[in-house]
Amino acid sequence: MRVVAAMSGGVDSAVAAARAKDAGHDVTGVHLALSRNPASYRSGARGCCTIEDANDARRAADVIGIPFYVWDLSDRFHEDVVEDFMDEYAAGRTPNPCLRCNERIKFAAVLDRALALGFDAVATGHYATLREGDDGLVELHRAVDGAKDQSYVLGVLDQGQLRHSLFPLGDTPKPQVRAEAAERGLLVADKPDSHDICFVADGDNAGWLREKLGDRAPNSGGAILDEAGVELGRHDGTYAFTIGQRKGLRLGRPAPDGRPRFVLDIEPVSGTVTVGPREHLAVDGLTGIRPRWCGSVPDVLEGTVQLRAHGEEHRARVAVVGDAVDIELLDPAYGIAPGQAAVIYDGSRVVGSATISATRRVQAA
Amino acid sequence: MTARTVYLDHAATTPMVPAAIEAMTREFAEVGNASSLHASGRRARRVVEESRETIAEAVGCRPGEVVFTSGGTESDNLALKGIFWSRRSADPRRTRILTTGVEHHAVLDSLHWLEEREGAQVEQLPVDRTGRLQVDALRDAIGRDPDSVALVSVMWANNEVGTLQPVSEVVEVAHAHGVPVHTDAVQAVGAVPVDFAASGADALSLTGHKLGGPVGAGALVCRRELEVTALVHGGGQERDIRSGTSATPAIAGFAAAVELAVKQQPEYAVRVGALRQRLVDGVLRAVPDAVLNGAALEPVGAHRLPGNAHLSFPGCEGDSLLMLLDARGIECSTGSACSAGVPQASHVLIAMGHDEATARSSLRFSLGHSSTEGDVDALLEAIGPCVERARAAGVAAR
Repeated sequence: MRVVAAMSGGVDSAVAAARAKDAGHDVTGVHLALSRNPASYRSGARGCCTIEDANDARRAADVIGIPFYVWDLSDRFHEDVVEDFMDEYAAGRTPNPCLRCNERIKFAAVLDRALALGFDAVATGHYATLREGDDGLVELHRAVDGAKDQSYVLGVLDQGQLRHSLFPLGDTPKPQVRAEAAERGLLVADKPDSHDICFVADGDNAGWLREKLGDRAPNSGGAILDEAGVELGRHDGTYAFTIGQRKGLRLGRPAPDGRPRFVLDIEPVSGTVTVGPREHLAVDGLTGIRPRWCGSVPDVLEGTVQLRAHGEEHRARVAVVGDAVDIELLDPAYGIAPGQAAVIYDGSRVVGSATISATRRVQAA
Repeated sequence: MTARTVYLDHAATTPMVPAAIEAMTREFAEVGNASSLHASGRRARRVVEESRETIAEAVGCRPGEVVFTSGGTESDNLALKGIFWSRRSADPRRTRILTTGVEHHAVLDSLHWLEEREGAQVEQLPVDRTGRLQVDALRDAIGRDPDSVALVSVMWANNEVGTLQPVSEVVEVAHAHGVPVHTDAVQAVGAVPVDFAASGADALSLTGHKLGGPVGAGALVCRRELEVTALVHGGGQERDIRSGTSATPAIAGFAAAVELAVKQQPEYAVRVGALRQRLVDGVLRAVPDAVLNGAALEPVGAHRLPGNAHLSFPGCEGDSLLMLLDARGIECSTGSACSAGVPQASHVLIAMGHDEATARSSLRFSLGHSSTEGDVDALLEAIGPCVERARAAGVAAR
């Protein structure tokens, strides 16, 4: 096959590209330039869109012995991922831009362009595995290395996208990938893993949003209330909060019972943030919208859901209701925010995903 | 793997000619610092000075006017900053620099720096649809306040679309007000006739690797009377304007290449001009809606560089097209600078009045001394299918 290997400049995508070549594919390395102005986005070695990262990717391609190009997807990335990220926070929700990027950029804009240019597939360094199911469909499964598994952020891919995807690292634990990179003479072998959101410098979401949202922020401050409506403090904008957040509330007074308080609700219009004890975060049901199915659409499914990247699995009963998904959690989950993705699993297999639009809190007994 | 490489990117760099390789290789085996006083030093110095004389003879200047540098970018920096500083220190009113919007980044970025850090006021004068400076605009800009103009910098030939600038007219207009003129002739020497004295210019940049010499050697030709403030200080090897141990082997190779390129220029222009005509005709036949950008092809060497063909392919991303051609061993350029890792639409095309989509759909094919009919034919065979494919990808990307 003719394969485009998306190369971020990190160790995983470099080894993935090398393995695709070893597997006999005709591989071309492509670094995606996602930042309109690299200086304004993250700088340093942790991001995915700095000049150093492009150079690291280029050097890896040299060592592997494949052609290498930079594709400019900065406009698409800005429109589909960065703008969406800001809109979601402005609306009081908590988006996951990595899923969005996979759905709209890596396995859409890049894949479409690759197919049109005569390639057959896109390979990435995601930790996930693909198998052919009994029904002939391509199935997406968790990676062997549970700690690195990234099937969650791929839960937005449909069958058409999965058919043209390669994840060469899914069967290997991360330390082995690093060792392999070193054996192959790839200089990125000991490059630190990337974390957080690639376009937010230093992982300071609130600071980034404050600067970028500007006039688009729904409010520039408001009250932090307890559940009885007593004002406990003020804040500089609801976009700095996410449901389940505990740190950074800067409440002067401790709770009367001395227990930590968590964000329970965010109301962007009035600018009100409500806090309370952890047990009031407990959720036993979710509504998901914009479902994306990896294969055939289930009616009802007894399986598990994962509600954040590297989050735990929750046993769940999932029902498709029209355009939406109803998820009943058999054990309560805590700190679940609208905007997050619920990825649905049947064992190790990813069934699909939906964006959480509403949560049902456990009623106090 | 590809059978052979079809190199159509001579404006980026061109293969070294055997005469330059021989001259350089000979010097690699020798010892001697051209500033040393003993026999070995004198021998090296002689090579440097003979090279200087060779280059002076070829480009129509006096040997003492040739200042060796590391290449075109350094020559441009030295000319712009060095002349600006000396002119302004002679008269603090001289803060304006007049140039065009189609200059090379070595010029534009130097001027931007002078603007940001040194209080220069840079005016980019308009060019016409072919990329040629509108001389009336220059006349007006100088005439508005001649005493405030530190210098004028207008390239001899454009690196992207190959358009030749009216350097003599620029000189005439500027000299009427006593304003010095710098010209970046990096693309021009060896491709079209360049005579420094006849042009009247006060400073001229050239480089070795665009005409069959080595990378890393170039020169700023500047009139003896012109004050140029040094950028690089040290031994003062080059008239105290530029310091650094003379790069004897590179200078020897550079001189050999300049001598040969200038001597062969008339035949080069005819031969490469004919190849370029074949290329453009063939591409327009294979892709009827492709558009030739820049000045007229004929008469060869009158309006644009003989080896330059710059075409837009509507509906294509230049990047996609470049990649598809590269996969077939055909090497060309999108002509755009890769700024900060992200390809930018060409400032030259934009200055010529094209929109960003046109700029992004363009490719530069540049022929040179080693180009053959086979090279052109390989491109003509590939261009139709590649454009078709790139168009499909262009649609997919939207």
